[in-house]
Amino acid sequence: MSIAVDIRDAVKSYGPVTALHGVSLAIADNEFFTLLGPSGCGKTTLLRLIAGFETITSGEIRLFGQNIAQLEPNHRPVNTVFQQYALFPHLTVTDNVAFGLKMQGVDAPTRRARAGQMLEMVHLSQFADRMPAQLSGGQQQRVALARALAPAPKVLLLDEPLSALDLKLRQAMRVELKQLQEETGITFVFVTHDQEEALTMSDRIAVMSNGRVQQTGTAREIYEAPVNRFVADFIGETNLLQVEVESVSQGLATLTLPGGHRITCPSASTTIGRHHLSIRPERLTISPDADLLATVDRVVYLGTDLQVIAHLDGSQPITLRLQNAARITPPAPGQRIGLHLEEGAARLLAD
Amino acid sequence: MAAPGNIPSPASDTGYRSLIGPLLLPTWAVIGIFMVLPVLLMAVYSFLTKEFRGGVIWDFTLAAYDQFFVTRGLFGDEPAQIEWTYIAIFWRSIWQAGLATILCLLIGFPTAWFIATRPAQTRGLWLFLITIPYWVNLLIRTVSLKFLIRDNGPLNESLMGIGLIDGPLPLVNTNLAVQLGLFYSYLPFMVLPIYAAVERYNFALSEAAADLYASRWATLREIVLPVVKPGIIGGCILVFVPSLGAFLAPDLLGGAKTFMIGSLIDEQFKGSQGNWPFGAAVAMILMTLVLIVILFYARAQARGVTR
Amino acid sequence: MKGVRHYPGFLALTILCLVVLYAPLAVVAVYSFNGSASITEWGGFSLRWYADVFTGPEAARFGQAAWNSLTLALMAATTATAIATAAALAMLRAGPFRGRQASFALINLPLMVPEIVIAVATLIFFSTIGFTTGYLTILLAHITFCIPFAYLPIAARLEGVEGTYEQAARDLYASRAQAFRLILLPLLMPGVISGWLLAFIISLDDFIITNFVKGAGMETLPTAIFGSVKQGIKPNIMAISTLMLLVSVLFVTAAYLVNRKSRQAPATKWKSS
Repeated sequence: MSIAVDIRDAVKSYGPVTALHGVSLAIADNEFFTLLGPSGCGKTTLLRLIAGFETITSGEIRLFGQNIAQLEPNHRPVNTVFQQYALFPHLTVTDNVAFGLKMQGVDAPTRRARAGQMLEMVHLSQFADRMPAQLSGGQQQRVALARALAPAPKVLLLDEPLSALDLKLRQAMRVELKQLQEETGITFVFVTHDQEEALTMSDRIAVMSNGRVQQTGTAREIYEAPVNRFVADFIGETNLLQVEVESVSQGLATLTLPGGHRITCPSASTTIGRHHLSIRPERLTISPDADLLATVDRVVYLGTDLQVIAHLDGSQPITLRLQNAARITPPAPGQRIGLHLEEGAARLLAD
Repeated sequence: MAAPGNIPSPASDTGYRSLIGPLLLPTWAVIGIFMVLPVLLMAVYSFLTKEFRGGVIWDFTLAAYDQFFVTRGLFGDEPAQIEWTYIAIFWRSIWQAGLATILCLLIGFPTAWFIATRPAQTRGLWLFLITIPYWVNLLIRTVSLKFLIRDNGPLNESLMGIGLIDGPLPLVNTNLAVQLGLFYSYLPFMVLPIYAAVERYNFALSEAAADLYASRWATLREIVLPVVKPGIIGGCILVFVPSLGAFLAPDLLGGAKTFMIGSLIDEQFKGSQGNWPFGAAVAMILMTLVLIVILFYARAQARGVTR
Repeated sequence: MKGVRHYPGFLALTILCLVVLYAPLAVVAVYSFNGSASITEWGGFSLRWYADVFTGPEAARFGQAAWNSLTLALMAATTATAIATAAALAMLRAGPFRGRQASFALINLPLMVPEIVIAVATLIFFSTIGFTTGYLTILLAHITFCIPFAYLPIAARLEGVEGTYEQAARDLYASRAQAFRLILLPLLMPGVISGWLLAFIISLDDFIITNFVKGAGMETLPTAIFGSVKQGIKPNIMAISTLMLLVSVLFVTAAYLVNRKSRQAPATKWKSS
């Protein structure tokens, strides 16, 4: 599998402010790759670097092996779906979609035909002669998609394209986008702050914060094996327990849980001393075979799950998620319960 | 400049509703009596007979319009034919005003774009610099221009001084001088509406165009200009209309060969050779022309691009 | 890689634009200090023409003209501003009413009609009703076309002042007049001042309309300058021009500073919480 986008030590500064601190990523061809992070983490900056709207301060960006850092945006075979679509208000839907082809010098009949194809692909053929202002948000978004795909770019960049849509539409579009990527085989680089979106659509995800890539991996890797507190906390819910690590070897750490129980678990860290342990709420069960002892504060009925909010001795909060709520007798507030860690439930973080 | 048709929406009543009458009465009275009434009166005058010493006799006739459009030979006894003299003057004025507008557009658009794309802190300063000359008396500005381009004026002196030309460029009393004068008088009127339009322009559109392989100039041609068109048209109107009826530039900078509508009208009200009905008629024709242009503008606005 | 805002050559054209706009004015200002009597040769730096303006043979005439211009502008600006303020209150604070659209068109009418047409119409009007042309006719004409110029900044400012302030005042037992005087007017003041300054300059600078309706004995500064220029550009004209230039610049700067400061004043719309 060839590398579509190869970013090495990319740094982007605006005067004294640095937006990206040496980011390195390798995005494979035909991959649905997501840049995930809170606002201000640098994901949009990185996207704009690839597109060419920002100039890289130092580092390299290669597109299928070719260094594109000095190329103007209109010379890069990448196309962007903008967050607010940026549809040309004075052109019809067809003319919008055909615009990239027109700029490439494609003749009118060919342009028109291809635009028609694109509109069919996004199920908007009947709107071909409308003006953008006459379309709904979801329809505009699909026109923006068709417009960006029409020139058959090697890489498609999507800048939070679903954030302006309401929930149902967003969920439907996620499926459509994923299918589109699989059909066309074009590399998609998708930017979002919504982790559910990232998890459902991506082949791989790069979690970013403060201008750095915190972790890159598949959805499963990131969820089940986060490397640090940020990733563990940003994706899904987790319990973070402060622990003292006694020893680490071959990816396994030996440590003492609060309450005294000693365990060995997978580790993202190679050092000993004070660290955080990540335990997903759904990996804890109530059992007499207890690794931890806790007192129940509150129980929340969530339909599918039961959420048990408790605290360990010493007031460290801990949360459990128990599935199949209907079949469980909920513990009472104030009750003392024993928590059992499933195999591989705990993970030592690097920080 | 207020654009016709863009009435700001009223706030809900805060107790002034019952005072609408007294509040608007002065405005209606003043503008009604001293502007609307006079214009109507002028329309009437265009159908009156001229008195030999200036002024009018209240005798209704089409003589003034006849004088404008029709010639019956030197002694008035030949068959009626189209009188081209005054139409030619109008035509020349339209043409002069048009050229001045184009000149203003060529220089005004880049200027407006440049200022609108400055960072917020310096933008105000640039705007300030552009608007100061606008507030200087038009007469003073025209006189200054005349002083500058005269045969023995500083422009010619310095051009001769550095050896670029041998004799002075005959700039005054030419069509070129008048055009320069009009251009100079109304340039800020072109810059400001375009500036306002560019300031509201969504630059993501330019990015999208670049993303889709458009060069800088293709983007300008295909995307920017169509989207800021209302501002451009507004600027053109604000230059064209005053230029059409301009008096100072043609009078001070031009000569007999550059006679324009403004001078034609002015002439009718001077001294005893004046012809008030004719002057009123010419003014009416000018106003009709201006109204057509403004109507065109209003229609272009209504058909304008919505975001 | 320059951004999408950059176009090569636009900076140069902007500079050209500014040069074109300022060059004639700069030249006149420089030559107003010309020591030589001939306007073509430079005779060293001198203030003699400024002295000439105030003490020379034409000083009386220009002085009278300047005085006329000044008093006219003062009265026209003040009257127009008062009228425009009242109109703005009606247009923007009384809700929709029949004739609102017509009123708006009327207020903007002087901006739409070419100046020379207004000049002719006004002359015809005064002549018909037998009103002798002179100071009063000029004043009435000035007030009329100053109204829209005063209206623009006042309306702009008023739009930005939420009606909620006055409603709060009346909720606290203020009468309509008190709410206006103590709450609205202070907030409106920058707009009113801007409007006044604008009207003042417009009146001071007017030539065409004034020239038509002034009649024989009257002169304002612009008409006096015009008359003098018709006989040839003399150095004292340049001194007067430079002085008028300075006055204009001062007024624009004043209006600009008033606007700048007012942007920090609390007249912004509520952000809905």
